Amino acid sequence: MQKTALYKALGLTLGAVLMSACSSTGEVNEGAASSEPTAIEEQVAEQGQEAQTQAVESGAVVADKLEAEANAAQTALLEMTVFYFGFDQSSLAEDGKDALKAHAAYLAANPSARVVLEGHADERGTVEYNLALGERRAMAVRRFLMANNAQAGQLQVVSFGEERPAVVGQNDASWAKNRRVEVKYQSR
Amino acid sequence: MVIRFLAVFSLFISLTLTSTMTRAELVIEVTQGKQSAIPLAVVPFAWAGQNPPPEDVSSIVANDLAGSGYFRLIPAENMISRPTELSQVNYDDWAKLQQDFVVLGRLSVLPTGYAVEFHVLDVHQKVEVFRHRVKGKASQLRDVAHYISDFIFKKLTGIDGVFSTNLIYVTTNRERTLFNLMYADADGARERRIFKSRHPIISPAWSPDGKKVAYVSFENGKSEIFFQTLATGKREKIAAFTGSNSAPAFSPDGTKLAFVRSKLGNPDIWVMDLNSRKLERITKHYAIDTEPQWTIDGQSLIFTSSRAGGPQIYQINLASRKVERLTFEGKYNARARLTADGRKMVYVHQSGQRFHIASQDMKSGRVHILTSETELDESPSVAPNGSMVIYAASEADRSILAAVSVDGEVKFRLPSKYGDVREPAWSPILQ
Repeated sequence: MQKTALYKALGLTLGAVLMSACSSTGEVNEGAASSEPTAIEEQVAEQGQEAQTQAVESGAVVADKLEAEANAAQTALLEMTVFYFGFDQSSLAEDGKDALKAHAAYLAANPSARVVLEGHADERGTVEYNLALGERRAMAVRRFLMANNAQAGQLQVVSFGEERPAVVGQNDASWAKNRRVEVKYQSR
Repeated sequence: MVIRFLAVFSLFISLTLTSTMTRAELVIEVTQGKQSAIPLAVVPFAWAGQNPPPEDVSSIVANDLAGSGYFRLIPAENMISRPTELSQVNYDDWAKLQQDFVVLGRLSVLPTGYAVEFHVLDVHQKVEVFRHRVKGKASQLRDVAHYISDFIFKKLTGIDGVFSTNLIYVTTNRERTLFNLMYADADGARERRIFKSRHPIISPAWSPDGKKVAYVSFENGKSEIFFQTLATGKREKIAAFTGSNSAPAFSPDGTKLAFVRSKLGNPDIWVMDLNSRKLERITKHYAIDTEPQWTIDGQSLIFTSSRAGGPQIYQINLASRKVERLTFEGKYNARARLTADGRKMVYVHQSGQRFHIASQDMKSGRVHILTSETELDESPSVAPNGSMVIYAASEADRSILAAVSVDGEVKFRLPSKYGDVREPAWSPILQ
């Protein structure tokens, strides 16, 4: 019972995602904000204390710790909300998939959560083709989220094509930042 | 000899556009004229009034003809004489200046407005080729000037002039927080804002009668198609189906609208009957199908598709649904527009890392890359006489409008003093 309450408090559920999140912890820390490790340690310490005051079952304490670490990793993954694509490409890059799995798990665990998947393109090429390309990119993210148990009704796709660049500048680095899908939560 | 034509103007002068006059007008800079450009002099027109007239008619005519690239104009200060009547003409003065044609004329006040009488002379033959008298209200003087330019252009080149036509285009600020749909004369003058939004506006398209424009607005959070009547500013939402709605194109008879609809996230081409509002799906392919454009006979659509990997241009016959690929050179060809005679199409072509405007002969398939000086060329739109293509390009991180003749010989730019200018659409020739 206590465990369930903890998960709810964190707003996270561990499903199949737990495995992939654990296996890629190193990557996650690289991508996450530098303040994250501190937060993780605090959470772990708190849980440890709670568990200690309650019981002598040392096995339960260890399990809680592992789960808490996984939760923190999940939280870090959920903070990754922008996913990038190659020129004229709409296939997902491998390095974004763990974060997308975390979003899918979150959506599956929170049926009232809603996201808009906003597709974008860089400025090269034509306006309308780029609008279609942005939509295909957002659709690729949608398919991936649905394959990982998010529900269709939670996912809204919209493309802005080349109209809303994240970065202004005519060079490869700027263009790379503009070929993207942004996962935007409308409700948590 | 005097031809009455005032009715010609009344229609489009009476447009009361929901107008906001701005000073950010576009000004034509000719960057390359025709090798064979005809030397022509426009002598400043005589004017007997005390105050200057509301428009400098002869200057507008000179700018129009120079901007076409077909004529090479001599500046007034280089003229040996400045006749304003036939009797004052000394042909030798113009022969010395190696001019082929001379335009001269007079502007006079009428109770109802102004009259302009002008003559066009052939310097080599030493004869008057034609003369014409034009009347208009004071507010119509710029239209009168464009009419004169069209008249002279047609007489001397055999091609319909497009100086009385209009442009629609989109301007945005650098932050992309304000989008304006603008309406202007083909020379960039008299720019007026007809719609503004904090959200993107793309793909403006003219109705064949020139009375309406269709465009895509994101004002409701996603792409939807609207019509706007120019005379009244009245807007109507035409397509706001689930998914995105974009790339509107009127059929040549104006009864149908081809557009792109992505019902389940996959963009396909649909046609809407504008009377019944019935929809018909034209393409059904898992690839991107977009940028539909009607062929001149209204029997087919040309469109961009990624069905072979990258974007290429295809044609689909609406009756048989037979699809034919039209472009084969390069890995990126998109957004085709046909010339009014249907003989050529222009489109965006990637060559190496650069994007340019190319023209392709519909019969022979021969491809000619028209632009080279500008970067990231996109959104080509063909003038209704098939002579010029206006397009958006990038210059020093800003988007400007530029134009090139379909034969690649004439080039000019229409830079704006403010922000980015994109998505030009050249109007039909108005009745």
